Amino acid sequence: MKPAAFTYHRAHDVTDAVGLLTDLAAAGEDPKLIAGGQSLMPMMNFRLARPSALVDLGPLRRMPSMTALDAEAGTLTLGALVTHHAVETATLPDGFAVLARAMRWVGHLPIRSRGTVAGSLVHGDATAEWCLLALLLDAVVVTEGPSGRREIPADELFHGFYATAVEPDEVVVEVRFTRPAPHAALSEFARRHGDFAIVDAAVALDLDGDVTPEQVSGGRVVLGGVAPAPVRVPEAEAVLAAGGAPGPELFAAVADAAAAAIDPPNDPQVTAAYRRRLTRTLVADACAQAAGGPR
Amino acid sequence: MRDPHLLALTVNDEEHEVVVEPRRTLADVLRHDLLLTGTHVGCEHGVCGACTVLLDDAPVRACLVFAVQAEGSSVRTVESLADHGELSDLQQAFSDHHGLQCGFCTPGFLMLAEGVLAEQPDASREEIREGLSANLCRCTGYQTIVDAVHATACARREAAP
Repeated sequence: MKPAAFTYHRAHDVTDAVGLLTDLAAAGEDPKLIAGGQSLMPMMNFRLARPSALVDLGPLRRMPSMTALDAEAGTLTLGALVTHHAVETATLPDGFAVLARAMRWVGHLPIRSRGTVAGSLVHGDATAEWCLLALLLDAVVVTEGPSGRREIPADELFHGFYATAVEPDEVVVEVRFTRPAPHAALSEFARRHGDFAIVDAAVALDLDGDVTPEQVSGGRVVLGGVAPAPVRVPEAEAVLAAGGAPGPELFAAVADAAAAAIDPPNDPQVTAAYRRRLTRTLVADACAQAAGGPR
Repeated sequence: MRDPHLLALTVNDEEHEVVVEPRRTLADVLRHDLLLTGTHVGCEHGVCGACTVLLDDAPVRACLVFAVQAEGSSVRTVESLADHGELSDLQQAFSDHHGLQCGFCTPGFLMLAEGVLAEQPDASREEIREGLSANLCRCTGYQTIVDAVHATACARREAAP
């Protein structure tokens, strides 16, 4: 279908974008930001979203900070307009290489060419790879609004069902990933490659290299598609924290703990039992990939 | 017309000026305002890829870009491929390898393939398959499309080693 009519406003810098959002809302409009538009436009074409005004962040691509990828001192900072494809093709330090490897799961090349990291996070789909990666690597979303800058940690970002802590009058300026994870992987299952996952799992393993052979000393397990928002699974992380040799036995125990801990939804396409089964398979797979290093 | 915008668009190296509503997608402006009907429109929500064009050399879904967002960018459509009625190497390969039947998806596949090969001139058959998985074809079963793009990639590599 065709999208409903709206008025179009170009923002020329972040302050301008915040001002436009504030002024349009004060005038009784229902403004929304558009950057890559790869989530918003399908919703508008379906008329699931009918904003009366769009504020386009496109002109801000001219500002180097908005498209920059900066790694220093254990933190990776992505400007708000960095695309999935820019991450996919970037040379990232070891602790963040999982981000580049995970990009093959994000839609297809034409979607990745245009869609942005920050846009995906603010859209807040419970299976979106970036939402899982944000929880895995302790992302901090930096926003600017009428009352200034604010930092939102990933564990306070997702409210479920496409709702996030970013307010309608706020603009994301950058996303910082603050927890490097050299042994991490994301795995997922969708009926067709490029579709939204039915379930996806991201795992980071803490490996203690001081002992031989290497031992697992902790880690993170994040799931998408099993709840209204992406979730960490403390029960599965406890199994990692208890430690052990990295291998099929430990990873099966982590996967079983994750599958037992969740209460996934039942819907006409996919039963809860199937999501649980996928969780077990995908967590074990992500653990094995994480232990095996880059693949 | 709500909130009409005067747009300057560069399409296939030609400058165009059009007055459009912001809600007009790039696909619809190409087809309805510029009469470049080679770009096809299938699903209008980013799944089928029939409307794929190159925007600043990157393959994008023209149904998922508003034309107003494309101002200042360079757009390439399927009309840019043939030279005075002579098929490009990629188009000829689609014909030679039976990479099309009804032809509806073909403009999208051609532009997608140009985008993939521009970025990965050394793409393997497997990488070509992965890249082409972005678009849908209901006739061919895809093998012949992969054949056509792979043959083009090999021929181009031989021509410019």
